[in-house]
Amino acid sequence: MVRKLLLANDHIPGIQGYEVYRKNGGYKSVEKAMKTMTPEAVVEEVKKSGLRGRGGAGFPTGMKWSFLAKPEGVPRYLVCNADESEPGTFKDRYLMSRIPHILIEGMITSSFALGANTSYIYVRGEYYYIIRILEKAIQEAYAAGWLGKNILGTGYNLDLYVQPGGGAYICGEETALLESLEGKRGNPRIKPPFPAVKGVWGCPTVVNNVETIAAVVPIVNDGGEEYAKIGIGRSTGTKLISASGHINKPGVYEIELGVPVEEFIYSEQYCGGILNNRKLKAVVAGGSSVPILPADLILKTAAGENRLMTYESLAEGGFASGTMLGSGGFIVMDESTSIVKNLWNFARFYHHESCGQCSPCREGTGWMEKILHKMVHGHGETKDIELLWDLQRKIEGNTICPLGDAAAWPVASAIRHFRQEFEECVMEEKIKNSIQF
Amino acid sequence: MLKVTIDGQTIEVPEGTTILQAARMLGPDVAPPTMCYYSKLETSGGYCRTCIVKVTKGSEKDPRPMPKPVASCRTIVMDGMEVQNQTSPELLEARKGVVEFLLANHPLDCPICDQAGECHLQDLSFEHGIESTRYEFERRTFKKIDLGPYIQLHMTRCILCYRCVKVADQLTPQRYHGVLNRGDVAEISTYIEKAIDNDFSGNVIDVCPVGALTDKTFRFKSRVWFTKPSDAHRNCDKCSGKVTLWYKGDDVLRVTGRKNEFGEVDEFICNTCRFEKKRTSDWQIEGPSKVDRKSVISANHYSGNTVIPDFAFRVAENNKKIDDSPKGSNLLAMKN
Repeated sequence: MVRKLLLANDHIPGIQGYEVYRKNGGYKSVEKAMKTMTPEAVVEEVKKSGLRGRGGAGFPTGMKWSFLAKPEGVPRYLVCNADESEPGTFKDRYLMSRIPHILIEGMITSSFALGANTSYIYVRGEYYYIIRILEKAIQEAYAAGWLGKNILGTGYNLDLYVQPGGGAYICGEETALLESLEGKRGNPRIKPPFPAVKGVWGCPTVVNNVETIAAVVPIVNDGGEEYAKIGIGRSTGTKLISASGHINKPGVYEIELGVPVEEFIYSEQYCGGILNNRKLKAVVAGGSSVPILPADLILKTAAGENRLMTYESLAEGGFASGTMLGSGGFIVMDESTSIVKNLWNFARFYHHESCGQCSPCREGTGWMEKILHKMVHGHGETKDIELLWDLQRKIEGNTICPLGDAAAWPVASAIRHFRQEFEECVMEEKIKNSIQF
Repeated sequence: MLKVTIDGQTIEVPEGTTILQAARMLGPDVAPPTMCYYSKLETSGGYCRTCIVKVTKGSEKDPRPMPKPVASCRTIVMDGMEVQNQTSPELLEARKGVVEFLLANHPLDCPICDQAGECHLQDLSFEHGIESTRYEFERRTFKKIDLGPYIQLHMTRCILCYRCVKVADQLTPQRYHGVLNRGDVAEISTYIEKAIDNDFSGNVIDVCPVGALTDKTFRFKSRVWFTKPSDAHRNCDKCSGKVTLWYKGDDVLRVTGRKNEFGEVDEFICNTCRFEKKRTSDWQIEGPSKVDRKSVISANHYSGNTVIPDFAFRVAENNKKIDDSPKGSNLLAMKN
């Protein structure tokens, strides 16, 4: 039986409301943390759990929390990054719309651990209905005494706010998020200083993904060591995977880290195999930004080992033959998919979402999109493949924030693993005939 | 003091110095090129990525190299840091890429652009040997916008360095300046084209590295290399009054701030000095401005690398005739 921690109570009717959530063990972690633990002890539990950031980078959360500067007399802030905009990722939306209170509970416990008296949930603008759900949940939490002044008689005060974003992918980058939260244009800041030293309003700030903060609830309830027992090696706990594409059962699945990729795609418990019994062609394992892998490399590593759904196993082989777990946006493509057309779609997205601050990303994303547009419409030339390769190489690593890298990696991996398709595309105008506009 | 080695040259710098500042201390030949950084403007820099350098040794304490090229204008020097600029072929390749990106949407209208001859982007593309572009798509274009009576914004040429935005933020009391939209359609705007109307707005022209912001009192009057720069000053109650006058014959065509060897204005000047004082009699002439030997301004019709307007000799001769004043005697000696 698969252990579920975040979505364990997902099947219970009415779990969205406070009463049902509380009856099913909700807000226990707040009680436990505030009544029996010190803030440092909570941070220690998170460290022991080995929890890694679920937003994409996979940075150890406990370590991030311990980096938080704690100067005297300066407020600290916790910001939840709910600006989920990565194509192929929809796990946070699912979690927030089904069980909003687990996020509120996690926010209270985490804020207590970090000593923050004001916390924000920055929600993607397009998730307007979720903003209403969260606001209702926060009102219920205030009414029940979990938020506000003197929570549980401990003297600890916390105010929690929901801030809707303006609908920009770039605001998922933590410093751009903070700029946007402050009411400015959502441009990433130049680091250092990092948010842990100078974040929102110039004060020390921790920015965490929705799923990361929700995972603090089971960690505090069961203890960090118990949480660390799930998973393999440094990939501990459970992870929400947004499965989409050509599979029989798309949706959000909570997996224990360490499930083989093959099992995840083909077992009835998860994706249920490829749609219409077609053959698997390629998988983007962690949201559109991570390198795409062909079927043989996603199921087995270059060394011939089974690939597992863990941070390490998916990254095995570096970018030459590996990918990343990223945010867990698992996009499956069957043999009927055109990689070039798919890449054009991704490139269009990054072009549209580039903030325009630094030149390689501003000009490069648009340039790559135009070349791919040309290719997909049958006007490509052989030199364009080399040009694309050269452009992605010059964007990667030369930008302020990771959006440049995110735009470059899919291009690099698609050319690396599917060069033949690009060549066919520029030679035979094959795509021109098959494409449906 | 912290020790930093740039391209094999070691220098000691105070704490808080950026790599770029340290490189500039070593001299203009070592310093990486900059398009958006401006030492007089706070928080400028980091956007254009032309000043990227490779850090091969992080510091004495943590000798690991930095994984990616860093923007030298925003990276603080650590003790024992080792930096490669022109000695790293990979880095030069990456910088060449940045220059190509900057040129991707920049019109090649240098023949009709007032900035030609003193354009940083022109210099940069020349230095990096990019004689043609691989960009074959339509370039973005915008309509020209008048920002008040003196300044014209031609967004088509803009490389979004944000310098003018910082000038508006930091130098001028009312902020009507900012960036609209995002990505490659982002544009500098003055809030629904509201005219910039304050005493220091003209400095946006001086800080603009390309021809996006130009002086309407000078537009199409002359190519810069046909004009001769001369340092001058006047008593001004708003600014330092230290300027460079650009002469064609005996006419002052244009007044700008004085630029240093890195192309930066040392002291910002007010609009009165810049736009309204265009007679020699408004100014105390100090003598010819120093012009870089590399600059096209010195390449044309000047002897040596100095520029002396004709009238200066006449003034000096006149002085000598009237009261045998020593003022300008050096000048006359030079002529002879």
